[in-house]
Amino acid sequence: MKRITYITLAVLLAAFTFNCSNDDDNMMGDMDNTNQPSEPDFSGTYMQEDQVARPAVNTVFTSPSSKDMFNMTIPSEQGAAFQSMFQTNLEGLSPAYANPGDMNALGLDSATFTGLLATDVLNVSLDGTTTFYDGTNVLTGRALADDVITVELLLIFGGEDFTENPTLSNDHVDANDKPFLTSFPYLASPW
Amino acid sequence: MKKTKWILGIGLLAVAGFFLVAADHIDAPAVQGGSSDITDFYAFQGENTNNIVFAANVMGLLSPTATADAMFDESVLIEFNIDNTGDNVEDLVIQAIPRDGKMYFFGPASPGTTGLSSTILTNNMLGSVDISAYGSAAMTNSYNGAMMFAGPRDDPFFMDFAQYSEIIAGNASGFNDPGSDTFAGTNVLSVVVEVPKSSVGGSGTINTWVETKRKQ
Repeated sequence: MKRITYITLAVLLAAFTFNCSNDDDNMMGDMDNTNQPSEPDFSGTYMQEDQVARPAVNTVFTSPSSKDMFNMTIPSEQGAAFQSMFQTNLEGLSPAYANPGDMNALGLDSATFTGLLATDVLNVSLDGTTTFYDGTNVLTGRALADDVITVELLLIFGGEDFTENPTLSNDHVDANDKPFLTSFPYLASPW
Repeated sequence: MKKTKWILGIGLLAVAGFFLVAADHIDAPAVQGGSSDITDFYAFQGENTNNIVFAANVMGLLSPTATADAMFDESVLIEFNIDNTGDNVEDLVIQAIPRDGKMYFFGPASPGTTGLSSTILTNNMLGSVDISAYGSAAMTNSYNGAMMFAGPRDDPFFMDFAQYSEIIAGNASGFNDPGSDTFAGTNVLSVVVEVPKSSVGGSGTINTWVETKRKQ
């Protein structure tokens, strides 16, 4: 319940965030084209093929025949279109969710959890720590080192206190195979 | 107990159906393995805490030998979407598109129209950066506090997907401890852009996602 309050608060905060964008501060005319005789061709219309926000949502919760449709549904319409499917599939994955009152460690029951997931946007805080989940902060971004799969496994299989189905709720791969950089561009050099 | 096992078995069968490949790698038939297939999206506070970083990866599971020849597709626009009014509709976008060895960035700026169709915001060019070559140092560029990168990187995603397959095949009842990162040693093509927080809303929570869009 506390967590629901937190998430509601986050949504309200988002709703009250003003658009402080001032294009003049960021739009530079000095494109890097000193050696180019003319600007490249940027004309035309571009149509959507894929979209991603939170990790693994389409992969895990969308039924196989609907995955392309999920990628072509704008986020503001995803909840209405996919929450019910997500709930069915969540309860298929983790049958305990079908029990009345059953919740995950965020205090979300099957309907509420899938309602959150079905609108596939990544919530990002502009006020501090940005993490998928670090034990304290929930859904304030996604950092490179976040163990998002274990977090999702725990939320799917781990029950109210992360103790249920221990053999399924942690893949025990807790970090990347190369260290990340502390400075831009942050991602490690390729193999 | 028997029933518990049976239910668990059904659950694992369901896992087999849903966990095709982790994160968003090869998530859907229309895009899988192609130049518009996004693998992962990240958004986090920059080293300079006044900045926010957006990173998107495409073309996952590149072996080192395949990485040098992997290229961004000039017909595919990568578009970061930012909703800062809480309605899950983009108020701002940051666009990235390659042309002749450079990645060009536009925004953050209001899109002409929201939704599935986009045009490139040529009046709002942020800048460009040489696409980094495999085996060379990362090329980065910065303009007025914004930073840009495009090129091959180690896939930052990690998961024991192989053990999932073993569980699914009935050869294992759970994960190993320690597990083994199936994505170790594989690369992706990355686009990373860092902008001042003030350019995307300043404070509070924003809702973000990334799209690939193909020129018609």
